[in-house]
Amino acid sequence: METFLLYSGMALVLIMIMSMYRGIVGPTVLDRIISVNAVGSKTVVLLIIIGFLFGREDMFVDIALAYAMLNFIAVLAAAKYFYKRRGLQSEPGQNSLSSLSEEKERRA
Amino acid sequence: MILNIFVIVFMIVGLIFYFGGTIGILRFPDFYTRLHAAGKLDTLGALAMLFGLALYNLHGFDLDKLQVAFKIMLAVVFVFIASPTATHAILDAGLVGGLPPWRKHARSGMMSTASVKQSTREEAR
Repeated sequence: METFLLYSGMALVLIMIMSMYRGIVGPTVLDRIISVNAVGSKTVVLLIIIGFLFGREDMFVDIALAYAMLNFIAVLAAAKYFYKRRGLQSEPGQNSLSSLSEEKERRA
Repeated sequence: MILNIFVIVFMIVGLIFYFGGTIGILRFPDFYTRLHAAGKLDTLGALAMLFGLALYNLHGFDLDKLQVAFKIMLAVVFVFIASPTATHAILDAGLVGGLPPWRKHARSGMMSTASVKQSTREEAR
């Protein structure tokens, strides 16, 4: 059973590395925030698995709860910071709503 | 022994949900669709995996172990409140910031932005 917990923790780490790809190359800032949110919500589970592997689950559960709250507040603060902020669509690969409407006017 | 089988089933179901959410984050074409996959599947994956771990904790039945299992389920309740709130906040920031949603229409999709610009330039000429 310990080996199963170990391998499921390793699978979680692999999944976290896969979702970090979107945080590195994501076209907008909000894609990076999505990646941070996904990694954080997997870290809560990974912390409890580590607690079972160390035999100190009573301590690691508290750490996981604190990490969940910290991650939630970090994501909320980042989303609030980019609220109504220009420059979201200035990264390559994106066009804004205004440019879409301009194209529609040109076509009409 | 039967408890172990339940734990393994719950954790594998949670891993499958997490994996599906990651595939959605990697392969969906748009910010909004990626947020859909991440928000929904992460919540259910956390529920399945943490419930499996809380069951695994109840091997030797004890008051302390019951308390730890209760704390793990408290983490599940917190994730169920916090994850939709964070998803809603990110989505609101995207909408107010003016990110366009993805369309399957070939001329205005995000994947073919360069070709759209080229075609509009040619029409302008």
